[in-house]
Amino acid sequence: MAAQTLYDKLWASHLVSSRDDGTSLIYIDRHLLHEVTSPQAFEGLRLANRRPWRIDANIATADHNVPTSLKERSAGIEGIEDNVSRIQVQTLDDNTTSFGIETFGINDVRQGIVHIIGPEQGATLPGMTVVCGDSHTATHGAFGALAHGIGTSEVEHVLATQCLIQRKMKNMQVRVEGQLGPHVTAKDIVLAIIGEIGTAGGTGYAIEFAGSAIRDLSMEGRMTICNMAIEAGARVGLVAVDDTTIDYVKGRPFAPTPEQWDAAVDNWRSLVSDDDAAFDKVVTLDAASIEPQVSWGTSPEMVVGVHDSVPDPAQAADDTTRRGITRALEYMGLHAGQKITDIKLDRVFIGSCTNARIEDLRAAAAVVKGRQVAGTIKQAMVVPGSGLVKRQAEQEGLDQVFREAGFEWREAGCSMCLAMNADKLGAGEHCASTSNRNFEGRQGYGGRTHLVSPAMAAAAAVAGHFVDVREFVDTPVPTRRAAGL
Amino acid sequence: MKAFVRQKGLVAPLDRANVDTDLIIPKQFLKSIKRSGFGPNLFDELRYLDEGYPGQDCSKRPINPEFVLNQPRYENASVLLARKNFGCGSSREHAPWALEDFGFRVIIAPSFADIFFNNAFKNGLLLIQLDEATVDRLFDAVEQTAWYRLDVDLVGQTITTPDGETIDFEVDPFRKYCLENGLDDIGLTLTDNSEAIREFEARHRATQPWLFRGEAANQA
Ligand code: SF4
Repeated sequence: MAAQTLYDKLWASHLVSSRDDGTSLIYIDRHLLHEVTSPQAFEGLRLANRRPWRIDANIATADHNVPTSLKERSAGIEGIEDNVSRIQVQTLDDNTTSFGIETFGINDVRQGIVHIIGPEQGATLPGMTVVCGDSHTATHGAFGALAHGIGTSEVEHVLATQCLIQRKMKNMQVRVEGQLGPHVTAKDIVLAIIGEIGTAGGTGYAIEFAGSAIRDLSMEGRMTICNMAIEAGARVGLVAVDDTTIDYVKGRPFAPTPEQWDAAVDNWRSLVSDDDAAFDKVVTLDAASIEPQVSWGTSPEMVVGVHDSVPDPAQAADDTTRRGITRALEYMGLHAGQKITDIKLDRVFIGSCTNARIEDLRAAAAVVKGRQVAGTIKQAMVVPGSGLVKRQAEQEGLDQVFREAGFEWREAGCSMCLAMNADKLGAGEHCASTSNRNFEGRQGYGGRTHLVSPAMAAAAAVAGHFVDVREFVDTPVPTRRAAGL
Repeated sequence: MKAFVRQKGLVAPLDRANVDTDLIIPKQFLKSIKRSGFGPNLFDELRYLDEGYPGQDCSKRPINPEFVLNQPRYENASVLLARKNFGCGSSREHAPWALEDFGFRVIIAPSFADIFFNNAFKNGLLLIQLDEATVDRLFDAVEQTAWYRLDVDLVGQTITTPDGETIDFEVDPFRKYCLENGLDDIGLTLTDNSEAIREFEARHRATQPWLFRGEAANQA
């Protein structure tokens, strides 16, 4: 057999049928549902008098517009003050109850952002196809699973048929070789990749992230990278299976039973690209040269190293780009040549499916420990990715570290990543955010988002503006007296 | 889904690259549990000068006269001319729902984001990818000619300009078939493939039982 990429293997092992024109039917192993993109799909099923094909493939949770304040959350769905949000969350609950779909309700400790809870529960396994009505489903590719976001019509299609109509994508490999510098993280790698290939660079491709720097990452770091494949235009991000993957999965609630384990591991070991597999496109990055990244504009490709400056539209390669930069600078209230470290911040958000896992919280806590959020920051918040992440962090005392520094410590959900709940930016406010999109209005009407890693966000919260976390951590922690306490 | 065969429509130009689905329909409108009614909030942040919220009467809101869709010459446009990477970002199908509800049936751009592309075809929109030079030319023509209309013929896969020039375009045969006939592809999948899916599933379960939790599939 010809050498295959990991993507080729996953595609072939899920191909149900295929037409001459390349349109294919792909079997779906895991379907994750949330409140925003599912109501119309359930309604469609009912109208057509259809039933879900395979109930046990589905898992649901509400995450996008659940409140993150303890006050609202403690009262369950009834406690959601925003009427429209409450109806949507209630609708998910009604739909999954009536069809018998397993659901982690908003007061279940297993509730959280879908892309965090899938892996956490072992509901995302190597070799699976995983879909969800959410573009950041790419996250699950970190497990050597074929995972991508779908629209609501496709949610309905998967519910009704357990399959999806697809065309095979092309293969791209992004190799990151060498060793990352201290405090440079997976988030910086992926932002640097997007800066390099652009937000449409991966359109039409499944991207496999490879190379020694990727191998050295934990599963959490790999998830951060695959999560943002979509910001590079690729619906699918992948990392090959290795011991790190298998160790992570072992013992999780939905993982194979002890009797199935050895056979599963045998199967998973083959989930790597063959040595001589051909990729349609290969991009290589040197890990050692990646700096902590900060986005300055309104598209994730508008990103630079922390020591760089905001670009000058006059230097743009073409008209469309020039207009894009000019418009972005205007929206962001920045000027050409402004130093990134001179950007002052109003709010700091640590959370989202990109960076709200336990390692992210540990990294941020390590930076803020013993320090104080700057007086000029209106709000700094930490929103754990799931109830279980929150519990773990509390067991480690991270919540105390954040609270003492002046951060708010919230309940799990998407929160200010897309501001569908009450957590949002005011017009004109700058936010250091560990999320994945800096689009206009994404975090609130007129809000200005800067994408960074958790460590960079934490350092910015203390400094009040962007700083290089590598230099920042070497500055002495103020004594209580010096801090005026 | 509405069938699409041929459409002679007024063209509105949206001259910016990387238009994301957050811009097409902002998140506050995603709280709806319906499929329709998104048209008045299409491009909400560009169209109006205030912040929109669900359930508002949009006819009373201050409009942004600069924004292209607010200009009288583009009123009732059904063809949207756009720049590269149109529809990037979030997978929300509310984006094509809003475009369709507003009255668009065709979008022409040098490139589209993958998920948006899929979603649009499932909602009766025809997305046409043309090379950058041709798109540039169309932008110039629209700007210079008031009431510029294009005649888009899906069957023949051609666009005819007011000067009589024809531009060919590519479309995936399966998508074309579904669009021409207004077909719901769930029905198609179940009719053509139920047996194949069942067989696949049985094999899959036998070789990788850990992927299944229930005893037997709850098949339709
Ligand atoms: S955290 Fe943000 S990007 Fe992730 S699923 Fe929620 S809204 Fe989407």
